[in-house]
Amino acid sequence: MSKNTVELESCNVLFDFVLDAGESWIHDVRAGQTLRIVDLEGNQSADTLIYNANDPADRYSATDTIIAQRNIYLTTGSRLLSIEGNLLMTIVNDTCGRHDTIGGACSAESNTVRYSLDKKFMHSCRDSFLHAVVNCNCHLGKRDLTSNINFFMNVPVSENGDLNFADGLSGPGKYVDLRADMDVKVLISNCPQLNNPCNAYNPTPLRLMIW
Amino acid sequence: MSVKVLWEDSIPGGSHGSFIMKRDTILKVTDIVGNGNLVALFYNMDNKLERYNMADTLKAQHTFFLSKGNVCYSDMGRILCSIVDSSCTWHDTISGMSNTETITTKYGALNYQEARNDMHRNAQDSVLIELSKWGLDRRDLVANVNFFSKVTANAQGVLSFVSDNSKPGDFVELRFEMNVLVVLASSQHVLDPSPRYSPNPFALTSLKCSSAGPYDLCRNLCPENGRGFYNTELIFR
Repeated sequence: MSKNTVELESCNVLFDFVLDAGESWIHDVRAGQTLRIVDLEGNQSADTLIYNANDPADRYSATDTIIAQRNIYLTTGSRLLSIEGNLLMTIVNDTCGRHDTIGGACSAESNTVRYSLDKKFMHSCRDSFLHAVVNCNCHLGKRDLTSNINFFMNVPVSENGDLNFADGLSGPGKYVDLRADMDVKVLISNCPQLNNPCNAYNPTPLRLMIW
Repeated sequence: MSVKVLWEDSIPGGSHGSFIMKRDTILKVTDIVGNGNLVALFYNMDNKLERYNMADTLKAQHTFFLSKGNVCYSDMGRILCSIVDSSCTWHDTISGMSNTETITTKYGALNYQEARNDMHRNAQDSVLIELSKWGLDRRDLVANVNFFSKVTANAQGVLSFVSDNSKPGDFVELRFEMNVLVVLASSQHVLDPSPRYSPNPFALTSLKCSSAGPYDLCRNLCPENGRGFYNTELIFR
C-alpha cells in the first residue's frame, strides 16, 4: 500500500481510481464528501473544472476565486467559488503548496499557437474535456469549458507581469484534498501535453479518491 | 494616410452595450475622465461558441497583462482583436467583473426608483443583459478584459490594484481580425479601492483599417502571434 493511503485506512473510501494520462473523468461529489487527487509520479497536471450539480451553468470561476482571496495561487484554505458567488469546494489539505488557475487547459488549437502548426493533431485536455461532457448525458458542452484549475502546476507571475510555466513544485505522492461544500460535478483531464517541460515531457497517472 | 471614421459613440459610466466589429476595423476607446475601467468580452460573430480566452491569451504571449502589441486570443487558436495602439501600458484580464454582491457590499444598493439611470449597476448583470440580446447566457460568461486597469501579483501571488493607471484621454485601439461581437460594461474594477460608486464614461470611435501586414507589430510580437494570425487568416481565404 502506498504511503498516501495510510492515513485513510480508517476512513470509508467510496471511490478509488487511477486516471491514466490523456484520460478524462466526470463524477459527482456530494456535499460533505472529500475528493483527493494524488500526483502519483510528480508534476502531472490535473486540469479540473467544477459545476454546481443542480445548476451546471453555475460553475467554477477562476476570476471570482482569485479576487475573493486576493491571490492568484490556490492552496489549503482556498475557497473555490462559482460565477454566482456560491462556494463549490474548499481545499482542505495540500501537500504540494501551490496550484495554478490562470494557465488554462491545453487544446489542439492553442498547441498550434504555442508550439508549432503541426501539433494540431496531438491529444489535448480540451479534447478530453469534450469527450467526457458529450458522453456524460449531463447537458454539458463546449460552452461549459472555462478557465480551469491546474492542480500540481506552477505558473509563476513576476511583479512586472511576466508569466511562464515553470518547473513544478509537486512530486511523487503529493496530493490535494477538496471538500465539497455543495453537491458538485467534477471534471478532470489528466493532461496529455507532450510539448512542455513542466511534466518532463512524460504524462503520468493520477489517483482519485472520494470519501 | 486618410482614416475613415465609420461611427462615433460614447458609453456613460455604469452602462453596457454590445455591437459587431467587422474584420479590418478599429475600435478606439478613450478613457475621458481617467482611471476608468471597461469590462470587455469578445465572441466570433460567425460562431459564437468561439470566444475570448484569458488563459490562451496570456500563455501564448507569456504575459500577465495586455498592452500595445498584444492580441486577444479566442479558445480556437485564433485572434479576435489586436491592440495596435495604447497610451495606457497595462490592461488587466485576470480579475473578472463586479456582481450584485460586490457592488452592494462596497457601495450599497441604489435602485432605479430612487436614482433613475444613476442607479448602482454591476458588470455581471450588465454583461448578461447584453449577452442575452444575442442568444447567449451564463454559459457564455468567461474571464474578461478590464481595459485601463492594472493589477499586479507579487512573488507570493498576492494581488495589488495599482491606482492612477490611466490618465484623462488615455486610449486603446483594437483592430479586429475577425467579425466580432463586442460586449462592454463601463463598470468599476472589482479591486478599485474608491469607496464611492463612480464608474467612468468612455468615448468610442470605429475606424476602417487595412489588414495586418507582414511587418505588423502584433504579428511580430512573438512567434506564437505569427501562428495565431496564420490560423485566423485561414478562415478568410
